[in-house]
Amino acid sequence: MTVPVEITINGKACSGEVEERQLLVHFIRENAGLTGTKVGCDTSQCGTCTVQLDGVSAKSCTVLTVQASGSSVTTIEGISDGVDLHPLQEAFWNNHGLQCGFCTPGMIMAANELLSKNPSPTREEIRHGLEGNICRCTGYQNIVSAVEDAAKAMGGR
Amino acid sequence: MFPAQITYHRAGSVAEAVQLLSDNEGAKLLAGGHSLLPLMKLRLAAPAVLVDIGRIEALKGVSASGGGITIGALTTHAEIASSDLVQQHAPVLAEAAALVGDPAVRNRGTIGGSVSHADPASDQPTVLAALDATFNVTGPGGDRSIAAADFATGLLENALAENEVLTSISVPSVPSGAGSAYVKFPHPASRYAVVGAAAVLAVSGGACSSASVAVGGVETTPVRASSVEAALAGSDLSDAALDAAAAAVAGDLNGDAMGDVFASAEYRRAMAAVYVRRALGAAASRAG
Ligand SMILES: Cc1cc2nc3c(=O)[nH]c(=O)nc-3n(C[C@H](O)[C@H](O)[C@H](O)COP(=O)(O)OP(=O)(O)OC[C@H]3O[C@@H](n4cnc5c(N)ncnc54)[C@H](O)[C@@H]3O)c2cc1C
Ligand code: FES
Ligand code: FES
Repeated sequence: MTVPVEITINGKACSGEVEERQLLVHFIRENAGLTGTKVGCDTSQCGTCTVQLDGVSAKSCTVLTVQASGSSVTTIEGISDGVDLHPLQEAFWNNHGLQCGFCTPGMIMAANELLSKNPSPTREEIRHGLEGNICRCTGYQNIVSAVEDAAKAMGGR
Repeated sequence: MFPAQITYHRAGSVAEAVQLLSDNEGAKLLAGGHSLLPLMKLRLAAPAVLVDIGRIEALKGVSASGGGITIGALTTHAEIASSDLVQQHAPVLAEAAALVGDPAVRNRGTIGGSVSHADPASDQPTVLAALDATFNVTGPGGDRSIAAADFATGLLENALAENEVLTSISVPSVPSGAGSAYVKFPHPASRYAVVGAAAVLAVSGGACSSASVAVGGVETTPVRASSVEAALAGSDLSDAALDAAAAAVAGDLNGDAMGDVFASAEYRRAMAAVYVRRALGAAASRAG
């Protein structure tokens, strides 16, 4: 059975008829066509599907679309204006904070929440803030450096 | 992966949730979904009907109540970790909440879901056992209360009837001047507790005037460590006293420890004494 849903994604109302078992990440990718958000695991552990749901970071593979109906979502596509990169995106680029890039959308969404709560985190705090995000390429050093750099650019210190 | 077919209902109130559970046999409540949905994605659970209680405001938040606090079942781990009231009355709950999973899990996962799921690897059930919390429940016949010690009845099993909803948890304040601590051995991949230990120690005139200690992750439900508590009573909380008390946890484990590829039953039993010792050390250093 399908049911009607409406979710505000990156400020735009997105409605659709979806199966009640559909996961939010699939609504974002398939119904809204925003493929920046990835699916990397079956166990809610990798974090590459991280989005902001009603103001806090959430793993969109572990939320049903119907559960999120009426909510607001921000995805990686929504953090910049499409012309200038967000300071975190810029910092990941400058610090070589990605190799294949598959984990990057989730890393940036998780880092964005961390910086909103703690504008000048230590490297240790950055590692804790990204605990729910797994990268299989970089060894994390450059990711931590990127977040550190973005914190400076965003005025944290 | 995605779950099997479901019918989804969003309950507007606790009464409506109880009604929906009563009307739909085998229906499951959905709170934060961070235990249930992973199981459904792996097809280890396939309830035909989900009753989403996630938007019932009355079930959210922490309030002060005679001699302690009441925590709504839908209060998230993140909210508990940063709550001033929790910090004031039962700081060990905030300490444990901050150690659950990762930030995104803490944003969605709820204390009510955590205890109802009754996963022995969860953190808060162990802490609530040490705190002598009371679980408040609503069903078709009205309200009732269940002591923390009686709530989990086995691996992933709890004392709720099919159509009952856990609405809140009452937690008495820790004694004034008491020190408390929760320490865990996190599974390196999932961050769940392989072993977790909670301790609340009060001191008066240099001697331990009350002690409550619980261990999770070892047996199918949290274990209240009464032998450890007895060994602590009246002691001076010196290192030697804490060593001896922690070793007594062997007498509280009934020989039914769980084991898996990551940690055998024998290893978990050995770690129980180690983590109880660490919890006692941290709690003692904070007491007074
Ligand atoms: C990657 C990952 C890591 C995690 N790490 C940890 C960890 O380190 N420590 C830890 O303790 N937990 C951990 N968790 C679990 C997390 O804390 C869950 O959020 C929590 O255990 C369940 O809460 P929930 O609100 O998500 O419950 P749900 O998944 O919605 O529900 C769980 C069960 O409880 C029932 N239920 C829910 N609410 C109620 C209620 N009010 N009354 C009656 N029944 C109810 C549901 O029907 C279901 O059977 C982790 C989860 C994930 C995905
Ligand atoms: S896809 Fe969501 S956590 Fe891995
Ligand atoms: S850059 Fe490839 S997984 Fe992180």
